[in-house]
Amino acid sequence: MQYHSPTSFEDAAALAAEATGVTRFLAGGTDVLVQLRADITTPDTLIDIKKIPNVQAISRSDDGGWTIGVAVSGAEMREHKELGQDWPGLVEAMDLIGSTQVQGRATLVGNLCNGSPAADSVPAMVAAGASVSVTGPQGTRQVPVADIPVSPGRTSLVQGEVISAVHIPARGSNAGDAYLRFIPRTEMDIAVVGCAINVELDSNGIITQARVSLGAVAPTVLLVPEAADAIIGSALDDGALDKLAKAASAACNPISDKRGTVEFRTHVAGVLAKRAAKIAYARAQGENT
Amino acid sequence: MKKIHVSTTVNGENVEYLCDPRETVLDVLRDRLNLTGAKEGCGTGDCGACSVTVDDRLVCSCLMLGVEAEGKNIATVEGMATGEKLHPLQKKFIEYAALQCGICTPGILVAAKSLLEKNPDPTETEVRYWLAGNLCRCTGYDKIIRAVMDTAADMREAS
Amino acid sequence: MALDDRKTTDFKFVGTRPDRPDGLDKVTGRALFGADAYAPGMLHGAIVRSPHAHARIVRIDTSKAEALDGVKAVVTRADFAKGLSGEFSFVLENVMAGEKALYDGHAVAAIAASSALIARDAVKLVEVEYEILPHVTDVDAAMAQDAPVLNASYADASVPAGHHPNVVRYHDSGHGDVEAGFAEADLVIEDSFKTEATHQGYIEPHACLATLGADGKGELWCSTQGHWIAQKTCAALVGIETSQLRVTASEIGGGFGGKTTVFVEPVALALSRKANRPVKVVMNRSEVFRATGPTSSTSMDIRIGMKKDGTITAAEGIYRLQGGAFPGAPMEFSAMCGFAPYALENVRQVGYDVISNRPKQAAYRAPGAPMASFAVESVIDELCNKLGLDPIDTRLKNASREGTKASYGPRFARIGLVETLEAAKAHPHYSAPLEPGQGRGVSCGFWFNHGGETSVSMSLSEDGTCQLAVGTPDIGGSRASMALMAAEVLGIPYENIRVTIADTATLGYNDVSHGSRVTYASGLATIKAAQDAVAKLSKRAAAKWGIPEDAVYWEDGCAKPSGANAGNFDPLPLADITQNMGATGGPISGHFEATPEGAGVSFGTHIVDAEVDPETGKTAVVRYTVIQDAGKAIHPTYVEGQFQGGAAQGIGWALNEEYVYGEDGRLQNSIFLDYRVPVASDLPMIDTVIVEVPNPGHPYGVRGVGETGIVPPLAAIANAVSAAAGVRLRHLPMSPPRILAALKAKAHEG
Repeated sequence: MQYHSPTSFEDAAALAAEATGVTRFLAGGTDVLVQLRADITTPDTLIDIKKIPNVQAISRSDDGGWTIGVAVSGAEMREHKELGQDWPGLVEAMDLIGSTQVQGRATLVGNLCNGSPAADSVPAMVAAGASVSVTGPQGTRQVPVADIPVSPGRTSLVQGEVISAVHIPARGSNAGDAYLRFIPRTEMDIAVVGCAINVELDSNGIITQARVSLGAVAPTVLLVPEAADAIIGSALDDGALDKLAKAASAACNPISDKRGTVEFRTHVAGVLAKRAAKIAYARAQGENT
Repeated sequence: MKKIHVSTTVNGENVEYLCDPRETVLDVLRDRLNLTGAKEGCGTGDCGACSVTVDDRLVCSCLMLGVEAEGKNIATVEGMATGEKLHPLQKKFIEYAALQCGICTPGILVAAKSLLEKNPDPTETEVRYWLAGNLCRCTGYDKIIRAVMDTAADMREAS
Repeated sequence: MALDDRKTTDFKFVGTRPDRPDGLDKVTGRALFGADAYAPGMLHGAIVRSPHAHARIVRIDTSKAEALDGVKAVVTRADFAKGLSGEFSFVLENVMAGEKALYDGHAVAAIAASSALIARDAVKLVEVEYEILPHVTDVDAAMAQDAPVLNASYADASVPAGHHPNVVRYHDSGHGDVEAGFAEADLVIEDSFKTEATHQGYIEPHACLATLGADGKGELWCSTQGHWIAQKTCAALVGIETSQLRVTASEIGGGFGGKTTVFVEPVALALSRKANRPVKVVMNRSEVFRATGPTSSTSMDIRIGMKKDGTITAAEGIYRLQGGAFPGAPMEFSAMCGFAPYALENVRQVGYDVISNRPKQAAYRAPGAPMASFAVESVIDELCNKLGLDPIDTRLKNASREGTKASYGPRFARIGLVETLEAAKAHPHYSAPLEPGQGRGVSCGFWFNHGGETSVSMSLSEDGTCQLAVGTPDIGGSRASMALMAAEVLGIPYENIRVTIADTATLGYNDVSHGSRVTYASGLATIKAAQDAVAKLSKRAAAKWGIPEDAVYWEDGCAKPSGANAGNFDPLPLADITQNMGATGGPISGHFEATPEGAGVSFGTHIVDAEVDPETGKTAVVRYTVIQDAGKAIHPTYVEGQFQGGAAQGIGWALNEEYVYGEDGRLQNSIFLDYRVPVASDLPMIDTVIVEVPNPGHPYGVRGVGETGIVPPLAAIANAVSAAAGVRLRHLPMSPPRILAALKAKAHEG
């Protein structure tokens, strides 16, 4: 295994483009090292991107959105007050991954590039409408987060491409997000089902825009427009919540495995959608939840 | 495979070592620096027995490569006591019998110290969640949580 | 043995809570566990394991591995002893497969190399050709007539005709006439239960450092619950004389029964002999799960008859346990423990030991008992519900007492079950109000406890301090309880006693730290060894004073004349005697060797409140109280710790821990991420009540406390969850998908 620590994304991309065999980028390493240790994936080339300037920065853009460096850890996101005020659901989703120790290293982009349909931060990013900068031999382009995963363990990135930043849109007013996951314990598990909801309200408390995203119920994280439609135009009354739950469950295409059954995942997706929607709605109304 | 030279600081001491890029910080601490206080319970970041701090951030040393430690400041259980003087958490853990077999103890002490540095007045729930990544199979956690809470109270009173 | 010198009150040291002698080592990282030993010239070992559940090993080609730079030795089964029989042959077959790989993770070869990374690389270069065979991992499926045969020669003579060869042992016991008893009952409930296999889950993986020369002399450092059994077994497996192998027990990072046998130790010895270098072998977590002892999984049928007033008229239990690919599933303990809390006129229990394509089971804290109690106490709970009876009153009505003929045969001596039930009833927890969505469960539990072969030696120093050598590894603070008991006899300060876990070359044979035996048996031996030393001290005092030996008695650390007739001498402190011992007859030490048999059974009663989320089936344990008879708590804080630890492991077993095998026979969840032991945020504080009904078989009344604590939780939690969910859960663990499925099935019916 060759270890590199370039100081620019262009160099990182060039190294990756020239590499043969298996290449991995290293930021927090909480997936890469586990796979290395377990002999699942031993990269031929390991490119540590933490020496690149600004990868540890969280900054607000001119439009009020956020740019999060690719090596920003979950703990650093959690400690960033303003980010948490804007996007509590996204920050909580990241914070749910692993232990305090894992939080000290794990990153949004690592969670995304690991390609797991159960990644906690990915539904939250998808619901938030986040995008990433992808730097490659042809320069840098911006790609919606939802377009990155293609199947379990695989992304749409091609050889020589590296994600160089995460962009979260401006929060806007009367808006809120939430992420809930189901795990059998209180901590340390992989999501059996995850659900992120992001809503915007008008001044009467009617939902004008919504994005609903589900994790661990299909080969990739899902964006479920039918579930969003179920609550758009409502003040999240019981009828809308029931429709939301049904739409969320209907969108599921899960597998039965050691973590849960098809029936369980399908049912709980609806339960979580309702619960997450209530939290997101309350946040959009300015409640501190 | 060619080894890589790394300079770092461990418990305040400058150290240098050569390591294979596949070696973790835990491997380096134990096999190259003779610091066996951090333990490998899982190798996958799920048990916390290898907990150390790197630049004051709590991490699993099994989930960080030795080569990544270049220029960092690592603290392990071996650095907790000051000379003959144990850290208050170490004393309290003995007093409360907050350990049975003791294999998880170094990691839990490092993690608890990191908590109290960030939050000197944690609730029971905060202690439990902070330590959720430190598995203990012997105690049921009861005495560990009490020891951490009581140490925090003592340290608040002393400061 | 006669215990004419029993003492149950007026203790000076026993019952206090001093710091443990090894506390500083354990909180500073100085304590040396299995993987913490290094030797000059040391190699690192790694093991090649079968990816198949059941396969014939056609060919092993190690040439590519041997050619890798840094590889110093490769061993296969050919490098181990031949012609072994009985348990040794099973252990050898388990630590290194012969003709067949019998489970996913079964060792087939091993490498020693100059670094751990090279050893791991070399493992990938070993080419093994397998002929894949049909496999079976479920206990009921393994008993079915069409099940694959693992080994047609394993069944012993106890198995009745007509069973599949995978049924290897059979147990049938009881007394009275169960059918007549059921006829007397007002209500008979018969139900079937299943429990999945769980792992002991010690945080320290198996690790050892071995040196073995061509002269047949060896040194072994290992993490073990018993280094004499490791010595005996390893010597047999590598074909050397037992006495030529010195085994030193490292500090042990948890065992719970799982470190009562050997796995990597004989392999490290064989590698060392071949490489002529010290070899260290450390398992990774996945190897621990795949290849070391989990518990048995079970399938059980329980039938109990009860009168309207709560009297149990008859009870019958059938317990089927698969214990992996070798005989030894503790089905007789399941059978014997399930009904032990109750005085029954008509009782019958049947057990089946079944082999399957899983790792060889190892003991886990009261092996076999928790599963049986889960099934039995669930049926008792259901009977109480149906008959409108209080669960504690009903258990009291039927409780075993002194003189009761136990379900498994003998009559109980003085026991403390009734006391634990009465304490439970009086505990504020039992009458506290429940929140909506919560349920309360209670359960009793029983474990035999064990004595076992024990040797203890102590020597006194000139300065009046004491070195105590015991042979039972300190797995949870036993150095403290040994020092307390020695201090109690000698009358010198606790701090003046240095307790060492002696190696196999420096002390007589000691059975394993298991069976909740350490504080009982090593404690008894420590007391006896100290009394032996006191007799010698008294003799020196008598000689000094010129009075008969029997005119001297020992009190508060001093020899004293036994009365006015004996003479008027000032008390002679221990240090004054030892100071000149070289000149007054030589060194003074105390010894004791025996196999004490009065271990004294232990009962416990647990109360638990659980809350179930009806929409997801997720359970939270919100309150937990353990009440258990300790006989006499030597160091009460560590007794509480045993109670709490047993409860926590029981909570894991009841709710989320399980071995999950795929259709391919491979273990699906061999890391802590998916083998879900309770984490700190999963548990409430665990309240404890120590009941002390002295054991007549121990000088201070000690009963072992380590194991009973894991027996009641499974049923207590199942009863609480069933109450909270409104539906009976009969399959452990009660994971959210199982609870939700049960809730849906009930809604469908109703």
